[in-house]
Amino acid sequence: MSELTQTAEIKKAETDKAKPYWNPYLSGIGLGLVLLLAFIVMGRGLGASGAFGSVIASGLNAVAPQHVNSNEYLKENFEGGVNPLKDWLVFEVIGVIAGGFISGALAGRIKITTFKGPNISNGKRLVFALLGGAIMGFGAKLARGCTSGQALTGGALLNLGSWVFMLCVFAGAYALAYFMRRQWT
Amino acid sequence: MNAPFFKYGLFGDNVSLIIAFVIGIGFGFFLERAGFGNGKKLAMQFYFRDMSVLKVMFTAIVTAMLGVYYLSVIGFIDLSLVYLVPTNILPQAIGGLILGFGFVIGGYCPGTSCVSAATGKKDGIVYVIGVFLGILVFDEFFPLVKGLYNATPMGQLTIAQWSNIPYGLLVFAVVLMAIGGFIAAEWAEKKNAGKEGSVIPERMDK
Repeated sequence: MSELTQTAEIKKAETDKAKPYWNPYLSGIGLGLVLLLAFIVMGRGLGASGAFGSVIASGLNAVAPQHVNSNEYLKENFEGGVNPLKDWLVFEVIGVIAGGFISGALAGRIKITTFKGPNISNGKRLVFALLGGAIMGFGAKLARGCTSGQALTGGALLNLGSWVFMLCVFAGAYALAYFMRRQWT
Repeated sequence: MNAPFFKYGLFGDNVSLIIAFVIGIGFGFFLERAGFGNGKKLAMQFYFRDMSVLKVMFTAIVTAMLGVYYLSVIGFIDLSLVYLVPTNILPQAIGGLILGFGFVIGGYCPGTSCVSAATGKKDGIVYVIGVFLGILVFDEFFPLVKGLYNATPMGQLTIAQWSNIPYGLLVFAVVLMAIGGFIAAEWAEKKNAGKEGSVIPERMDK
């Protein structure tokens, strides 16, 4: 990026009056304490992709119940007559959305915008966001969890599969980073 | 008092959902504080320009790991009652790689995309829609991926159980690894100072 655009961005940030992000080590301790609290109070860790799965399962069940019944994987969501939306992870993710909003509002960071590198159009960035999300959703299902449920939670519990998973996430992302450089840098 | 409280019947399912919401608020709050509602900041990890992903993640892992370990040593928490996701090495390794691709293509993971969407970011909102689509595809094509999904089952397994290395020694090793990672991360950020998206706007030696 040229110095001119960089100066422009800094000026823009100043007029936005958004507060800077916290020190990463401090945020990490906060996050770790929340995770520890979940272990102590609930005997389980954090998650995210599981809640997305519950929403999909109950959405499909609402529009095509017979179809859900014929899919053994989806059917599991409804075993014992439970509503998949009345689920720990679903309530936790609603909390994540609320907590993210509260933090963003307190720091003046609620703003309709798109994050991207300087050399890509907004439209292309959104296509990549959709594609990346879809790939991530599929991968998280296959891996039985995402960065929260596997890497963070399983990492702190020395879960064997979670550590293999975590190393593979970094390996995959670094392997593809060169090819995605036009989007970010 | 014995932990985990829920497993000892201190409260029921309905209360657990309220707790889920409160814990979620804490989770989302610190993700946003760290700047993880910003997909560009997250992606910069993979260009060694902003190592916050590594720093935040490993600080969180070390904090929770040390906490839960020492609380189990003093007998406050029964670690065997804390749920472990069962290990299936092959699908977890392949799923991890796929997730890594999705991370650098889209800029988020499912949790951080929620925070991004909640703070009004369009790429975060679109990413959330993408995650839903990906899960839908997985669900619909489950019969095709079932073999891989259930491959190499090893049950609930910690690295300590698998390797016979004492749990406490592994905890110590992870702490050392994290500190090494942090030193390398600080070095990488300084080296890439001044580049697009770098956490350090200018080189110190300029």
